Amino acid sequence: MRNSRSTEDIALGIRRRVFEHAMRNNGGYLSQACSAAEQLAFLYNEALNLGPSTMPMVPEPFGGVPSAENRDYRTGAGYNGPFDAVHDRLFIAPAHYALVAYACLIETGRMAAEGLEMFNRDGSSVEMIGAEHSPGMEVHNGTLGIGLSTGAGLAYGRKRRGETGEVCVFMSDGEVQEGQTWEAVQAAAHHRIDNLWALMDVNRQQCDGAMDSVMEVGDIATKFRDFGAVVAEVDAHDLDALREARTTPHEGRPLIVLAHSSPTQGMDFLMRRFPRLHYVRFKTAEERAEMNEAIAAELGIPPVELEAH
Amino acid sequence: MEMVNRPYAAAFEAHAVANPDVLCLSADLTSSCEIDGFRDRHPEQFLSLGMAEQNMLSFAGGLGLAGYRPFLHSFGVFLYRRPYDQLMASIAYPRRKVRLMGFLPGVTTPGGMTHQAIEDLSVMRTIPNMTVLESGDATEVESIVAAADSVDGPVYCRVLRGSVPRLFDTPLEIGRMRVLSEGRDVLVVTAGITTEEAIRARGALDAAGVSVRHLHLNTLKPFDAAQIVDHASSVRHGVVTLENHLVTGGIGSMVAEALAEAGLGRRLIRLGLQDSYAHGGSRPYLMKYYGMDALTLVRAIERLTGEESGIDEDALGAVRLDAVHSAVKAEAL
Repeated sequence: MRNSRSTEDIALGIRRRVFEHAMRNNGGYLSQACSAAEQLAFLYNEALNLGPSTMPMVPEPFGGVPSAENRDYRTGAGYNGPFDAVHDRLFIAPAHYALVAYACLIETGRMAAEGLEMFNRDGSSVEMIGAEHSPGMEVHNGTLGIGLSTGAGLAYGRKRRGETGEVCVFMSDGEVQEGQTWEAVQAAAHHRIDNLWALMDVNRQQCDGAMDSVMEVGDIATKFRDFGAVVAEVDAHDLDALREARTTPHEGRPLIVLAHSSPTQGMDFLMRRFPRLHYVRFKTAEERAEMNEAIAAELGIPPVELEAH
Repeated sequence: MEMVNRPYAAAFEAHAVANPDVLCLSADLTSSCEIDGFRDRHPEQFLSLGMAEQNMLSFAGGLGLAGYRPFLHSFGVFLYRRPYDQLMASIAYPRRKVRLMGFLPGVTTPGGMTHQAIEDLSVMRTIPNMTVLESGDATEVESIVAAADSVDGPVYCRVLRGSVPRLFDTPLEIGRMRVLSEGRDVLVVTAGITTEEAIRARGALDAAGVSVRHLHLNTLKPFDAAQIVDHASSVRHGVVTLENHLVTGGIGSMVAEALAEAGLGRRLIRLGLQDSYAHGGSRPYLMKYYGMDALTLVRAIERLTGEESGIDEDALGAVRLDAVHSAVKAEAL
C-alpha cells in the first residue's frame, strides 16, 4: 500500500506527533523519534510491501493475554496488513520505540490520532513498551536482542513454504551488546536466510547514555560481516541513501542496513540533554516551557498548549 | 523386563515423517539426543542451530509464526536455564507450538551440576501456557512424541534415552496418571525413573505385608490434583513422593499444594533432592547418594507406618520387575 504523502513529510509528522505527545505527557521517547523518523517512515511508506491494515483505526482496549481460554486473542500485527504469502512482515525489535512506531502508523493512515491518546493508559493496548497486542507489533520485543532471531525463524519458515513476502526487523544498535544478536546473524547466514533484512538505528545511545561510555562495541559493520551478513551503511536521515541501501544484493545472506543517525535530528535543542537522551523528562515547568518553545520552532509548529499545573 | 534401545529415535522419525510441519532442531547434541539418524535420512527436515540456545528458542518462535511445529532437542537443562527469557517471550507467552524435548532429566547424567536439570519441573510448571510431560519407560518415550505434538501450545518433555525399560504397554495419555497399585496403607507418587524404583520397593513391601497405593505421573502440568487427593484420602498412613528433581517446586510440592487446598490432613514425606545440587556420577550411585532409590522409599514408608519392614538391599535386589500390562488388574501386580 503506497501512501500519497512523501516519506519526508511522514518523517516530519512523526517528529511533530512524538514531540507534542512528550510535551503534553511531561516527557517521552523524543530522541528515538529524532533518530528513527526517516527509517520508520521509509519502511512503512516505501520499503515494505504491506497490505492495508486489518484492524480498527481506533485500537481496541487490552483484550487479555494469550491463553487457552482467550480464543479471541490477536496481536497488533494486523495494523501492518494481512498475513499472506506475498506481503512483508515487520518486527519492531526495540519495543521502546513504540511511541515512534505508533506515530508512524497514524502518519501512514493505519491508526487514528486518538490511538496515541491511549498511550500508556491503564487498560489500553497502546502500551509504552510495545507488547505483541499493541498496534503494529507482532511479538514481544521489550527484552532486547530477541527480535532478529524471531525474524530469522519466520523468514526461514516463509522461504520453506515458498512465500514471496520478506521479513524485516527494525533494530537498535544497543542490541549488538546482547550475545543473541550475534547468534541470530550467524544462524541466518548459516542457513542462507536471505529473505530477511534488518534496518538498524545506529544512534550510539542507550539507556545509561552514550554507548561508548556504557560498553564499547567496536566496528559493528565489520563484526556483522564477519558473522556472515551483508552490510550497507548509510546516513539515516538521507532517504535516497536508504533507498539505495535497500537494493544491496544479499543472495544467501541476511542484509543489515546500518543507519547512522543523530539522536537529536530535527530537535537540536535536545543537545542540551546529551548524553542523557533515552527518555526525556522535565525537572521544572520552566524547563518544559523552554523546550516547548524551542523545539516547536524547529519543527515549524506553534508551541503545544500545555494544561495549567 | 524388556529393555528397549533408543526408543526416542524411531518414534520421532516415524512421527516427523508423517507430519511435514514438524521440524527437527538441534543445538549441537544431535547424537546425544538420538536424532543423528533422522538428520542423516531427512536432512531437509533437520536444522542445526549450533551451540546457541537463546537464538534457537526465539528462532523456533519464528518458525511457530510460520505454522511449523519445531521439536527442540537438547539436554533439558540447556532448554531453560540460559534461554529462560527467550522461552518466556518467544515461546510460552505467544503459545507457540514448540516442543522442548529435554534429555537427561535430573541425575540421569553423570555430567554434574551444569548438565543436571534438577529444577526444570519447578521452573516449567510455573510458566503460564506451558504443558509439562515426563516419560517413565520406553512406551512413554515412544508415545510422548505424538502426545506432545497434539498440544495447542508449548510443551516441555523429560525424555529418557539409551536403553530404557519397558514398564507399560499402553501409551502416555496427557492428563491420565497410571494407578499401578491400589493399596490401603501408604500412597506413593512417582514419575520418570523413580517409578521403577517404587515398583521394586513395592514388590518387597507387598511381601512384608505393607499395602502400597502407587501412582505414576506422566503429566505434571496440567496436574490432576483432585485425583491425587482422592487417592491420598483412601490410605491410612500418609503419602510419599519420590522424584528425580528437587522436592521444592516439583512433585512433592504439587502434592503438598493439592492436599493443603483440599484441606486433607495426611502426613507427607517428599523424597528427592533436598535443597541441594548433585554432582557427577553414575545414576544408581546418585540415586542412592541423594535418596531417590527404592531403599530410601522403603525407609520413608516405615516412618509413616511406624513399623520396620525388615527389607534390606538384598531383598530389593531380589524383586523381579515385570511389565505393567493393562490387561492385568493393577492390584495383582
